[in-house]
Amino acid sequence: MTTDHSLLVEELTLGYKDRDVIDSLDLAVPPGRITAIVGANACGKSTLLRSMSRLLAPRAGRVLLDGEEVHRMQPKAVARTLGLLPQSPVAPEGITVSDLVGRGRHPHQRMLARWSRQDDEAVAEALEATQTVELADRPVDELSGGQRQRVWIAMALAQRTDLLLLDEPTTFLDVSHQVEVLDLLTDLNASRGTTIVLVLHDLNLAARYADHLIALADGRLHAAGPPERVLTPETVRSVFGMESQIITDPTSGKPLMLPIGRHHRAVPAG
Amino acid sequence: MSISTVETVARGRVRRARRRHLVIGALAALIVAGFAVTLMVGQTFYPPGDVARVVLGQDVPGASFTVGRLRLPRAVLAITAGMCFGLAGVTFQTMLRNPLASPDIIGISAGASAAATFAIVVLSLDGAGVSVFAIAAGLGVALVIYALSYKGGVSGTRLILIGIGVAAMLDSITSYILDRAATWDFQEAMRWLTGSLNGASWNATLPVVVALAVLAPMLLGLSGNLSALQLGDDTASALGVRVDRTRLLAVVGAVGLIAFATAAAGPIAFVAFLSGPIAARLVGSDGSLLVPSALVGALLVLVADFCGQFLFGTRFPVGVVTGVLGAPYLVYLIIRSNRVGGSL
Ligand SMILES: Nc1ncnc2c1ncn2[C@@H]1O[C@H](COP(=O)(O)OP(=O)(O)OP(=O)(O)O)[C@@H](O)[C@H]1O
Ligand SMILES: [Mg+2]
Repeated sequence: MTTDHSLLVEELTLGYKDRDVIDSLDLAVPPGRITAIVGANACGKSTLLRSMSRLLAPRAGRVLLDGEEVHRMQPKAVARTLGLLPQSPVAPEGITVSDLVGRGRHPHQRMLARWSRQDDEAVAEALEATQTVELADRPVDELSGGQRQRVWIAMALAQRTDLLLLDEPTTFLDVSHQVEVLDLLTDLNASRGTTIVLVLHDLNLAARYADHLIALADGRLHAAGPPERVLTPETVRSVFGMESQIITDPTSGKPLMLPIGRHHRAVPAG
Repeated sequence: MSISTVETVARGRVRRARRRHLVIGALAALIVAGFAVTLMVGQTFYPPGDVARVVLGQDVPGASFTVGRLRLPRAVLAITAGMCFGLAGVTFQTMLRNPLASPDIIGISAGASAAATFAIVVLSLDGAGVSVFAIAAGLGVALVIYALSYKGGVSGTRLILIGIGVAAMLDSITSYILDRAATWDFQEAMRWLTGSLNGASWNATLPVVVALAVLAPMLLGLSGNLSALQLGDDTASALGVRVDRTRLLAVVGAVGLIAFATAAAGPIAFVAFLSGPIAARLVGSDGSLLVPSALVGALLVLVADFCGQFLFGTRFPVGVVTGVLGAPYLVYLIIRSNRVGGSL
């Protein structure tokens, strides 16, 4: 399955009440690729994703999905193409894993329509991809943070969209589970051509897994492009206000950022 | 993906659906049985044959009046008002993700009741006029507590606390109006304070039946969207739900049900509040709770009214009985939410 959906943001301005959070932002999500968005806390990453999935209407500008403005499209039609896993989703008390994952089928179901074989298949596939089959009958509130995160990803996968936005999918996870989730998303990208956009706080994982890196600072685009070009000491300084050294990761050949901080200085060679 | 996982998923879903259907069937059967018993039993006992003939519209001396004019409208009002309260309660609880956010806790029933009292006592209205007042007040209260608790988004806890305050204020207004109306007897006053089915007539019952027939299907049509809304606004929106519109329709539908039922039977204490959690215990937390809650509400009112009439030495209005059931649960929930900050 190949998918070439285009997702564009044009002169997008977003805000809450009297404050603008995103200011006239332009960006393009490369189709069929993995894009990571990085930026300091409160710079507007979640706000941007919210607007892309039509929860937040733009103050100016627009979000275009395959050339159509998402805020003017049928919500369910958008939801069949574009999925979003928010930063802090809520699980109703007592809900079981398979029921939660099944709710990802909502955009594919008609009102009062019966559950179809296809729905069961989508749920099963999502459970298998996230290795949560054994958890299927457990209540979500009894799971560990990492298990729960995998279940939420399964819900987003059950939606079977060609574009998937994930807001910090690796929070609460230990380092091996972080890598596992990113490997899972990479598999999804490779096998189904799913376009993936994810917000990540770990710059090194972002540089390693993303084909395209977007650095936001204060609601503006600071830099966008391949990680080798974007992840520089200069970007780290202006986005995070921190000195750093960038070396090449011996395993992947991607850039690797080493923070410097105030208490350490580079040891002179020799 | 392996076939066996698909089978596991399908089997789990079928199992949950079966439990649901079983509970719904059992509740419906209990309601039918309770309905039959309340028609037969009273000061005088009428055998099922007589009751059946009255229900079918034939003339049976004695039974035609007692069953046809007294017991039948009362039983129908118990069932329909109970369904209204149960549906409206669980709609609010689901939408606001908190069992305390029921219309009878956050002042909507109290508003409808105060307005109905005002319309009857001060303006001498009856029938549809009272319902109109009750609906306007219910929507007004919903709007006021929403506005008062709005602070860049609505937080459930703030809305509930403000709603409890508004409810207390409105209850005292109802008491004040009743106190001024010297001609009112105790039974009548109880109706507007805790809810009662005494004096139920076809005139009072028919509007509730019509409201239920119109608004219940509308809420059931929203049930998929409400289930998505339980996962948070962001997730619901990502699943293709129009969050604001769903919420608006759900509030209007639920307030309408509460208002019509309250105009006819008073704010029967805690039925809206109890039905959802009881239904959740019975069917599990998966899937929509709307239908099971409506049935639980109907059964609660029917049984509580019957007990209130015949189980104790004196006749208690239905709201006193449901109040005794609901109060401990309210205390339990408040203690628990203090401990764990829990939601529905
Ligand atoms: N619902 C809201 N109402 C008002 N202001 C909001 C709302 N949500 C976010 N904000 C504000 O908008 C700004 C951007 O928030 P956003 O959640 O987009 O940041 P973020 O980049 O995702 O941060 P983080 O890395 O901490 O998740 C913040 O200053 C935040 O306080
Ligand atoms: Mg965020």
